Amino acid sequence: MNDLSCERVTKKFGHFTAVSEVSLDVPSGAFFSILGPSGCGKTTLMRMIAGFETPSSGDIRIKGESVLGLPPNRRNVKMVFQHLALFPMMNVGENIAYGLRCRGDARSGIAEKVARVLDRVGLPGVEEKRIEQLSGGQKQRIAIARCMVLEPDVLLLDEPLGALDLKLREHMKIELKQLQHQFETTFLYITHDQSEALVMSDQVAVMNAGRFEQIGSPRELYDRPVSGFVAGFVGDANCIPGKIAEIRSGEARVELPQGGEVIGKLCDGSRTGDDVEVFLRPEALRLGAGGAGQSLEGTVDSLLFNGANSRILMRAGTGQLLEVAIPAEAPAIAEGDAATVNWRPDHALVFARRAG
Amino acid sequence: MGRSADRLSLVLLFTPFALWIGLLIVLPQLGIGYVSLREKVGVNEFTFGFGNYAAFFEEPIYRNTLLRTAWISILVTALALIMGFPVAYYIAKIAKERSRAGLFLMCLIPLWVSDLVRAYGWILLLRETGVISTTLVSLGIISGPVEMLYNDVTVIIGLVYTVILFMIVPLVSTLQGMDDALLEAGYNLGGSRLTVFRRIIVPYAMPGIVAGCIITFMLTAGSYLTPILLGGKNSSWFTEQIYTQFITRYNWEMGSTFGVLLLIFTSLVVWLGLRLTGQSLATTVAKE
Repeated sequence: MNDLSCERVTKKFGHFTAVSEVSLDVPSGAFFSILGPSGCGKTTLMRMIAGFETPSSGDIRIKGESVLGLPPNRRNVKMVFQHLALFPMMNVGENIAYGLRCRGDARSGIAEKVARVLDRVGLPGVEEKRIEQLSGGQKQRIAIARCMVLEPDVLLLDEPLGALDLKLREHMKIELKQLQHQFETTFLYITHDQSEALVMSDQVAVMNAGRFEQIGSPRELYDRPVSGFVAGFVGDANCIPGKIAEIRSGEARVELPQGGEVIGKLCDGSRTGDDVEVFLRPEALRLGAGGAGQSLEGTVDSLLFNGANSRILMRAGTGQLLEVAIPAEAPAIAEGDAATVNWRPDHALVFARRAG
Repeated sequence: MGRSADRLSLVLLFTPFALWIGLLIVLPQLGIGYVSLREKVGVNEFTFGFGNYAAFFEEPIYRNTLLRTAWISILVTALALIMGFPVAYYIAKIAKERSRAGLFLMCLIPLWVSDLVRAYGWILLLRETGVISTTLVSLGIISGPVEMLYNDVTVIIGLVYTVILFMIVPLVSTLQGMDDALLEAGYNLGGSRLTVFRRIIVPYAMPGIVAGCIITFMLTAGSYLTPILLGGKNSSWFTEQIYTQFITRYNWEMGSTFGVLLLIFTSLVVWLGLRLTGQSLATTVAKE
């Protein structure tokens, strides 16, 4: 059974539609992410699930039961807030016990439950500490413990890693995933950071302008995006605008504005003469010459060193800047060198050009 | 050179403050303390001792006036808190950004009129021939004019009206610092409205509550105009006793004793209040 289902959920603020006909099903125990740029409506969607906003239409079900009539404090979904919202006037133990006391648990059992959940998040014995004595990562874990001690059906996480520095964020990604495995609870995670969504999730929904563009596993989104928005937003991609000159057996020949052409796989219903964009992943580009429409020539503009993620920034003769992943056994290459890259046509994805 | 310049600027900045504290607060208080220990034995003949204090404790009317003043001041403080908190909460948390400044200003406007004028405003409304009484008579709700001045209720209404602003201002500023996510987290974790209010809003606002209560209590206990004008002879306000000793009886020694006792007693009440509610100045008023 699905722990959480949304059916054609819509939220309007006056004339502005923040969330439009969104449907999703989150199976039990899944790590589900909603990925989208800021202002796409993902926070509004989460606030509707938590009960802080009421949908204009549609239904939200938790464990199969509609929760639209339930106030936030009666829904068994708990939320980790963007800035965590730990209560500063209570110590760690009181923060975690708050929910248990609201639920009316027997006083004797509370201390034991608090100790157990602190143990599970790897912070045993910090009950007496004040919130401001904790580090960023510890606060994060306390915020999760405060929710998990109540054994929610679904845990909502609203960009909780946003406030952390990069190093800690990388670490917390892995830790969150482990915590989710350990608690075996359904997580609904909201983020604008595609790497967080890809690394942690079983399923990702890409959201744009109030709608879901695509729902799928991280690999599906990365390899088979259904729209230009998804192709550009999930993972890195070189985006080359052009116009379709010819379509033959699912492949489009795209003419570039400054001359030259690119052959790629046509992924939507664009027709000959339409404005399109060609998406090429940096790692799909290989150094060396290729067939007609499957290579571009240019010069090396600069080298971007980033360990295993190093890139060549190449300026093609037709004006585009391309990021090219440097393979492990790359030939020595220097700035200003002439270079040619090629790709397989099925790695160049052609989508109708996005507005704006 | 740099250090002596630093020192000079420190001295220059500190001097007005030190002069103000020293000349207008410490020195007069020391003077009052000194006078209060003086006992008159003849024309320009004095001895020193605690006779004036003994006289205060021997005379029930003095004791009772002080206790009554303290009791009504506590009541006024409590009423100001109960009435001020929803107003402050509305301004800080519920009102839209745009209307917030306007609402705050509306709370401040009464301060632009002097205490005296505001007290006369109440007198115009409440006296026997005042607005309320005559309106009620002309509407036939009451048969004859009613005197609504010169009783405790009127004094309390007038005092609450005068001091409530000093409760609202610190409350608004503490509540404004509260992240709305704290409230949502409170509900999300299963708290009812009452639980969220009791366990999250009130503890968070505690610095503002303590500051507001101390200010209103001290202002009320030390006020003179409002209780005298609205309460008349019945008000039995302690500041009135001080006035009488200094001006009418020309007994500066006794007046000074009363002044010292009022200061000690109100400080004691504040201290007791902090102890009873488990607060301290360091964790509330002096916080941040």
